Amino acid sequence: MAATTITDQPTSSAEPSTATAQAAFIALLARDLTVLRKEFRMFLARTVMQPLLLMFVFTYVFPKIGQGVGGGAGAGRFSTLLVGGVIASTMIFQGIQAVALPLVQDFGFTREIEDRVLAPLPVGAIALEKVVAGAAQALVAGLLVFPMGLFIPATSIDLHINYPLLIAVMVLGAFMSASLGLFVGTRVEPRQVPLIFGLLVIPMTFLGAVYYPWQSLEPLRWLQIVVLANPLVYLSEGMRAALTTGVPHMASGVVLLVLAAAGALLMRVGVSGFRKRVLS
Amino acid sequence: MINHADDAVIRTHQLRKVYAGAPAFGPPGARPGGPPGGRPAGPVASQVSGGVNGAPTKPRDAAVDSLDLEVGRGEIFGLLGPNGAGKSTTIGMLTTRIVPTSGTAMVAGIDVIAHPAATKQHIGVVTQTNTLDRALTVRENLVFHGRYFGMPNKQARAEADRLLEVFRLGDKSDVGVQTLSGGLAQRLMVARSIMHRPSVLFLDEPTAGLDPQTRLSLWELIRELNAGGQTVLLTTHYMEEADELCGRLAIMDHGRILALDTPDGLKRSVDADTVVTITAAGDAGGLATALASGDGVVKAEATPRGVEVHMRAAPGIVPRLMTSAADAGFEVTDVSVAEPSLETVFIQLTGKDLRD
Repeated sequence: MAATTITDQPTSSAEPSTATAQAAFIALLARDLTVLRKEFRMFLARTVMQPLLLMFVFTYVFPKIGQGVGGGAGAGRFSTLLVGGVIASTMIFQGIQAVALPLVQDFGFTREIEDRVLAPLPVGAIALEKVVAGAAQALVAGLLVFPMGLFIPATSIDLHINYPLLIAVMVLGAFMSASLGLFVGTRVEPRQVPLIFGLLVIPMTFLGAVYYPWQSLEPLRWLQIVVLANPLVYLSEGMRAALTTGVPHMASGVVLLVLAAAGALLMRVGVSGFRKRVLS
Repeated sequence: MINHADDAVIRTHQLRKVYAGAPAFGPPGARPGGPPGGRPAGPVASQVSGGVNGAPTKPRDAAVDSLDLEVGRGEIFGLLGPNGAGKSTTIGMLTTRIVPTSGTAMVAGIDVIAHPAATKQHIGVVTQTNTLDRALTVRENLVFHGRYFGMPNKQARAEADRLLEVFRLGDKSDVGVQTLSGGLAQRLMVARSIMHRPSVLFLDEPTAGLDPQTRLSLWELIRELNAGGQTVLLTTHYMEEADELCGRLAIMDHGRILALDTPDGLKRSVDADTVVTITAAGDAGGLATALASGDGVVKAEATPRGVEVHMRAAPGIVPRLMTSAADAGFEVTDVSVAEPSLETVFIQLTGKDLRD
């Protein structure tokens, strides 16, 4: 066996150079990208199925069989408002899938994270990397819904895209979704994973203004107020604001502000949860 | 404090860890949420009024306490002790994963507590659990690790290939790490930990759970790395491992260092040069008493493996021991004669067996 020669580090400096931490951050992203490329089919399957079925059933099957959500003439309008909601819910779902589930596994039993925690960057930056990678996936997942909106609906849909707003909403929404994933991932034990879906994803989706504009809850004033705690409401509303005209939606300023604030808060709590899980 | 010049790669002073939520010093009521099912401090009443009347509450176990340690460049230094002695907590603190309650720790000249991210650049760590990246292949595990530590992709690939050869993992480079046996996974963990050429390599129970042959080959590897200049700090509860590998070692129990010396120095500290272990039917304590008064006998005591007789400068004494045993009415079934081992040292220091 050949001898292994170890050369000592020349000198040690107390502060890690920002360049070291940046290189580590980028390498962690590259690692996540490599894994995503390897598991791309799985990514597609878990990303595409839900919006595909939603669009298919609500915007193709229902109008065809005359089961009009929104009634016969309203079908086109419903399809139009649904596109934004489906994109929003797909992004939230992806944030949890891409960030929370792997973290729960890591913390729960594989403990692989212990090695990445030893990479030469602050622990908080490792959590931040998870959010960046998750946000990118949420963004891609959201974008994948657009072609579905074009080809699936039986009735024509009427999108008027405000691109600057669309970009702002999608980017902030992606960060908020991934931050939510970080928050959930640092607080859930493996045996509680089914609860993520039962107690979080499903209520969030059904009460997230995905299938109806928030304003239309007016007759149920109490519900309209309660769902304001659901960040998906703002993402759905923001998507409709960016994609449609004529469908009522919240003011874009409110949407952007709440998405940014919710994202920042979830990120903060998530990072501190992450630190608690990896440091003792 | 002794000042050992600049070649100390690890230096701790009064390093201490009490786990949050675990019993701590002070009145129990002051604890941040005592652990459910934790050892109660005493009568319930004292939990309420504890400390008020100044009654000394029992000092709680710190996982690691008052740890002063210096490891020089190029050493293989061992922490030997039973499970729960505080070895892994010590490694955890030196590798930034466990935040000390108090004290200081310097690794490669960096204050670990103040600058954890900078410290990480200079350490390689093999933890007790398999932390290989299961989403990556064997080779990718090395390449990405190198890249986390700032190696350009090309250099990381070259270094990975070199290490795969050195660690005889070349034929496994493209398989997923789940398929590796325990021994191969451990070898890959060691290879990964030195990818970025750390100043200190930390090995936490590196051969626990490995079969004897794999253990030997890992020892050989560690020795070779050390011959190349690698400083190593390892923990173990195997005496043979400490004896074989370590230049110096600290014997730990209950979070404290009980003795620190070379393996030979530790063995010399035992009050005897020969240890005779005698097994006989009947009352071991009685046999120990019967043997204790013999010539050259330093002490005799009953242990789980028989009566251990510590002797000094006592040639030809075994037959006399046998006679003494027979005279006292014991039928000896087994006798073994050995030099003091680290186990002897450990028992002398703690009054218990390392395997307990």
